[in-house]
Parts: sequence; structure tokens; C-alpha cells
Amino acid sequence: MLITRRAEFSASHACFRPELSPAENHALYGPDANPHGHGHNFVVEVTLEGEPDAVTGMVFDLTHLKAILNREVIEPYDHRFLNHEVPPFDHVVPTPENIAADIWRRLEPHFPGQNPKLRSVRLYATEDLCVEYEGGGR
Amino acid sequence: MTRLTRRYRISASHRLHSPALSEEENRRVFGKCNNPHGHGHDYTLEVTARGPVDERTGTLLSLDALDRLVRERVLDAFHLKDLNQQSAEFAGAIPTTENLASAIAARLSTHWRQTFPGPWPELDRIRILETRNNRFETRLAPPR
Repeated sequence: MLITRRAEFSASHACFRPELSPAENHALYGPDANPHGHGHNFVVEVTLEGEPDAVTGMVFDLTHLKAILNREVIEPYDHRFLNHEVPPFDHVVPTPENIAADIWRRLEPHFPGQNPKLRSVRLYATEDLCVEYEGGGR
Repeated sequence: MTRLTRRYRISASHRLHSPALSEEENRRVFGKCNNPHGHGHDYTLEVTARGPVDERTGTLLSLDALDRLVRERVLDAFHLKDLNQQSAEFAGAIPTTENLASAIAARLSTHWRQTFPGPWPELDRIRILETRNNRFETRLAPPR
């Protein structure tokens, strides 16, 4: 069974690589390359997979999942400029793809077993753009 | 493995009617969608690609390239059109949303590698919401 918890954070980011020219960055990242940054109301959905416990009837305590998500992701990310304030984005381009993978890395240590296991991290930068990461090779 | 889903909008009209069925059967099978004058929807199209993230750029694909592909091959063909009368796919086929999903999948599959040469990214999934309450999905890449 899959269970999913949703949370939001608002943050700014700028997608550019310092070794490239402004024109090259714009060709790669479009308007997101503006070095002054811009913001989104990001939505993150974390999905766990497991069997409901015979006694509690729960795959995982959603309140506990909310607390983990808050501590590991929302508190460090919310109302921050990711490039300047949230490693590894001081040297990793904070594309939605890389943000989803970083959220996975922050959450994965909390689910070392198979029941439940971390199944996927979905990150919506806008309503029209969603990135989903399921771990493993990138 | 990372997946990226991009959402687009298609407003189009259609009428569901099969020449193989009688007028009465058409009304029974297709209900309100058989109205002879047609009707329209604001479809939401979701295109999903999958693959590895490029280490240097941090991206799965160029959004600009994906937007251009979908605009040129899908939106230009279907958006603000009457599907029955103005698209080659539905000259002899019924424009159900199942068939629209297949038509879009075929168009994107045909031109995918021109836009994205090489093994990655793959076209993973097409999903269309006809209304908020109906959605249709076709998976194109093999399961992993």
C-alpha cells in the first residue's frame, strides 16, 4: 500500500552555472537563469510503501511523517534563497530535478527498512511542472 | 530514475458518433456526447518523460525543447480546433479521449528522437484529463 504526505515550502532559486556565460545559461535554463533568483510555492509529496501494521492498521504514523518532513525539508528550505542558504545548492544547481533528489537524500535515512520504504518524492515547482524521483541511479 | 511531468491545455470540440451504429444506438452508447452539434472541453494534457539527470546541468531534459515539440506536434494540431472536422486522426475515427490520448502518444513518439536524440530521456506516459472527473492514461515506456 502507498501512503502520501503533502507539504509546501516557499523559496527562491536561480538556475545557472557560474562557469557559463549569461547567454549559455539562458539557453539551458530559460528565465530561471536570472541570477537574482525568483520564487515558487513548491509542493512536495512524499510517498511511502508498506503493509499496514496488524495492530495499528497504519503503514506509518502520518503525524510522524509530517514531523520528519518538517524537520528535514520544510524548516531548512522554507522562506530561503536556496543557492545562498541551503547546501548543497551553494555548488549544485537548484533545478527541480536536483531539489527532488536532495529531499530524497534528507528523508531516506529515516526509512532504512523495507516496511515502510521510501517510494518516491514528487516536487511541483508550479502546477504545470512536476519532477518525481524514486532513488537509485539518477 | 527521475520523471518530469509537464502540463499543457487543449481546448477543443468533439462529437462522439459511430457510423457503424444506428442513431438510437449512438444516443444510447455516447449519451450527451452524441449531440449532433458537438460540444467542447478544456482538456489538460500531462506529458511525462523519464531518465537520468545530467550531472552538469542538473536537468532531465530541456523544457524549452519539450514545450516546442508539444506545441508543434500536438497543440497546433488540436488546440482550439474541432477534432472531428479538423484533424486527420479523426476523419475516420471517433474522437473519444482514449483515441485522443493514443493520437497524441503516436505524434510524440514519432518525433521524440528528433527532439531528444540518444537513449534518454524516454517518453514515459501521456495522461489527459477530459474534465476534472475523467482522466485517461497511456504508458509508453516499458515498466522498470
